[in-house]
Amino acid sequence: MIYLQLFLGFLKVGLFSFGGAYGAIPLIRDVVISYGWLNDEMLSYMIAVSESTPGPIMVNLATYAGSSQAGLPGALTATFTVILPSFLIILLIMALLETALRNPWIQAVLQGLKPCITGIILATGVYMILQNCTADTEHAALNIQAAVLTLLLAVLYFGAKKVLKNGLSPILLILLSAAAGILIYGI
Amino acid sequence: MNLLLDLFITFFKIGLFTFGGGYAMIALIENTCVEKKHWITHEDMMNITVIAESTPGPIAINCSTFVGFRQKGFPGAAAATLGVTLPSFCIIFLISMYLDHFLEIAWIAHAFWGIKCAVAILILDAALKMISKMSQNALSRLLTAGSFAVMLLIDIFSLHISTVALMLTAAIVSLSVFAMKKRMENGGNKT
Repeated sequence: MIYLQLFLGFLKVGLFSFGGAYGAIPLIRDVVISYGWLNDEMLSYMIAVSESTPGPIMVNLATYAGSSQAGLPGALTATFTVILPSFLIILLIMALLETALRNPWIQAVLQGLKPCITGIILATGVYMILQNCTADTEHAALNIQAAVLTLLLAVLYFGAKKVLKNGLSPILLILLSAAAGILIYGI
Repeated sequence: MNLLLDLFITFFKIGLFTFGGGYAMIALIENTCVEKKHWITHEDMMNITVIAESTPGPIAINCSTFVGFRQKGFPGAAAATLGVTLPSFCIIFLISMYLDHFLEIAWIAHAFWGIKCAVAILILDAALKMISKMSQNALSRLLTAGSFAVMLLIDIFSLHISTVALMLTAAIVSLSVFAMKKRMENGGNKT
């Protein structure tokens, strides 16, 4: 039965997808291809679509695979299942969190993990800027439009923090960047 | 406003504007839930980021469950998680039904190229905020710099090293330093 298969397949994805969306892609590939829900080409296409639409890639892929196999009920089943494990795990952790945070050994682990994740996020941001400013160019090493846009947005965003009390909201920055993209690349 | 509805709408907005994975979402949640609504503190945000990275599943789901539960228990967690998931569910469902050539639509592709630049800035912002509020000791600085350098190398050379391995290493280093300090203290007490 397709609903049970979707449930089992995406439960596995939700349960074992450590290390963010990109770390989870091999596992997702394994599941959707072994069940025959998507082929490799379709999966690559949907990963690209997921990247240009909002929301977690895992949720996007679950919705798509479910919908392609069994319409709306399939999409609901797959999406519900893929988020269920992390939802329950967080509830469980929160029940234990206050006690756990008082434990000096757990504090010591957290003292190591916090700077590590900070470094990972910083590297991700820096690498993304490098990638944006160099990718998709055939004639030059630098993608001038992206570099200029990144610089403008950065000056605007970090400048607004200094000038305005609340700064510029991230949502506004995204709306502005989308408009700027349509303007710059469209003409 | 009804708190459950507020949680749902707030996380719906966050879900609608989260592009490019969970890290950009940290800046959005920090801006909304910490600075504007005061639902959680920066310290909570830091803890949930660590928990989200150490547990399976999308960061978005982990964060919305955490904030929702803090505010209004299980119903709050459900409202926030439903809110954060709904936008991407609807968009992908519509695409799967009606749009076979989504990526070939020129203006959407152009908008996305712009959004990618903004997302990188938001991720940078999240990291800088975390650095500015981190405890300033030698070990923290070393671990931040170390994981930054290793992660950048992993990205640039597409190495097959999971962030989980990086986090395990950091946890072991920090635990060893803690154990050594404790032993030295105990040794000091005995003499």
